[in-house]
Amino acid sequence: MFNYIVRRVLFAIPIAIGVTIVCFSLVYLAPGDPLQLVLPPDATADDRAILATLYGFDKPIPVQYLNWLMRALCGDMGVSIQTSRPVFGEVIRALGNTVVISAGAVALAFTLAFILGTVAAYNLGKPADRIATAISVVGVSVPSYWLGIVLIIWFSVELGWLPATGLGPKGSAGFSFLHWEQARYAILPIVTMSFAPLGIIARNTRAAIADVLSQDFVQMLRAKGLGPLPVLRHAVRNALPQILAVMGLQFGYLVGGSILVETIFNWPGTGFLLGKAILTRDVPVLQGTILVLAISFVMTNLVVDLMQTAVDPRIKRS
Amino acid sequence: MTDVISTDAPALRHGLSAPDIKVRSYLQTVTHRLRHDPVTLFFLAVILIIALAAICAPWIAPFDPNKTGTLYRLKPIGFRGFILGTDELGRDMLSRLIYGARTSLVMGLTPVVLATVIGGTLGVTAGFHGGRVNMCIMRIVDVFYAFPSVLLAVAISGTMGGGIQNGLIALTLVFIPPLCRIAETTTTQVRSLDFVEAARASGASSASIIIHHVLANAAAPLFIYASSLISVAILLAAGLSFLGLGVEPPTADWGMMLSNLRQAIYVQPLVCALPGVAIFITSLSFNLVSDGLRQAMDVRA
Repeated sequence: MFNYIVRRVLFAIPIAIGVTIVCFSLVYLAPGDPLQLVLPPDATADDRAILATLYGFDKPIPVQYLNWLMRALCGDMGVSIQTSRPVFGEVIRALGNTVVISAGAVALAFTLAFILGTVAAYNLGKPADRIATAISVVGVSVPSYWLGIVLIIWFSVELGWLPATGLGPKGSAGFSFLHWEQARYAILPIVTMSFAPLGIIARNTRAAIADVLSQDFVQMLRAKGLGPLPVLRHAVRNALPQILAVMGLQFGYLVGGSILVETIFNWPGTGFLLGKAILTRDVPVLQGTILVLAISFVMTNLVVDLMQTAVDPRIKRS
Repeated sequence: MTDVISTDAPALRHGLSAPDIKVRSYLQTVTHRLRHDPVTLFFLAVILIIALAAICAPWIAPFDPNKTGTLYRLKPIGFRGFILGTDELGRDMLSRLIYGARTSLVMGLTPVVLATVIGGTLGVTAGFHGGRVNMCIMRIVDVFYAFPSVLLAVAISGTMGGGIQNGLIALTLVFIPPLCRIAETTTTQVRSLDFVEAARASGASSASIIIHHVLANAAAPLFIYASSLISVAILLAAGLSFLGLGVEPPTADWGMMLSNLRQAIYVQPLVCALPGVAIFITSLSFNLVSDGLRQAMDVRA
């Protein structure tokens, strides 16, 4: 067990290094000279050379990478070209907002998907299964950016029940679920975000529980005279670690891919930051956000893997 | 090898006499199963209709998709010959939706095909050679796998700038890692099987082993997985153009239409939702057909 944890953590390190290399290379993917963005249009060649030395662009690329990495590790990701504020602080603040709606969405998706998947697995091939499967296919097929607009049209424009966009009433600084006045701003983004994970978790739940139900020991439980609910309890206990792992991964995908939903709802998270950075070609913010999100995703994967090993005594990884 | 004995299950269960045994080829089994799957057939027909509409767009679109009309901005569904209304520049929605199918299908199919060829080749190479080659290829793939797909697509096309070409590159890169992994896993499994050893012992070259044994076994899972990626590609591509990273205006594209009409949801909510309906129907159809194919070909998810 301990060996496995050490090995798994060690395995994540080269991946994380690879991720930083990809993020570093993004600047070189951008068309044109990276300095062009900070230089005023009337800059001379000398100005350019001075600035290149200042930013370290005159050094060989591996050296530039190492310098960049060292600074990033210390939380220095440069300053935004647009706002001149430090990138790291902006990204971390935004990350909190993204985690709030992603966690809400995954919790909602898991609750519904777990019920749907279990019902479907217990009634394999029957109408209940068909309906549950149809719902999960719709969940993965529906474009979130469209669903968000439809929900806004319905609940904000037509019914006027919920606010359309933003983090909270004017003047609110942070987000808190405790105040209804604020929490209601998170409802539509959370519902919108929950559709895709709902479909995926429901599918996986159905497959996992159906798999357990087809095993011999379940046959034995039934022969022993156990009713449907106790049988299901056994099946769920066996399938749960796997389902929880899927849920953890979906959380990672939501945090990383929040850009579409946050753009629709003007929710000031990492995705919104990324969207703004793309529109204004703010390369430091772009790079910093992508780096933080990608590293968080690697960490989420790691944590999910370790938790699954810890929760499920059957997994003995050597 | 391709002969599969398929037995009629109910006949077996009730069959007091000899069960009804038919010998069908694999392909016959698959088409037989598909023919008895109305859901898959229906959505296959939907895809064919969308594809046909996209191909025949110049002949069936009632109006020029780029002809603007200041007098006819944001008209409701059914307004004076505009069957599905008009957009914020007075362009006919139906015509733009039909032309938009072209962009959507191209953006949905091209990256998946490219990624299947590239990822499949990389995966088979890694799996077949094993050792250091495998290590090199798979560790690089692992790095790209460590990005959530939306983030990777946005990161690549966000830094390279919008446009259809950059979008295609971004989506292809997003899909290579999973396809490469599937090809690598199957190849590694097949490579260690006895019949490959036998083929090698009887003097078969690497190339012929790859073509006759490895590809024959890796093709079905790759194909199924790739088909399930088409709907993801359509959603992602439309998402990129929704963010302003897709085609250049005035080319009709469902994602961009949706994003442009966002400001008009208070005026014409129904018309504004239409491009999304188109994206939804297309991606749903591809998803369901892919599921049907998976069941018919009996490949485990």
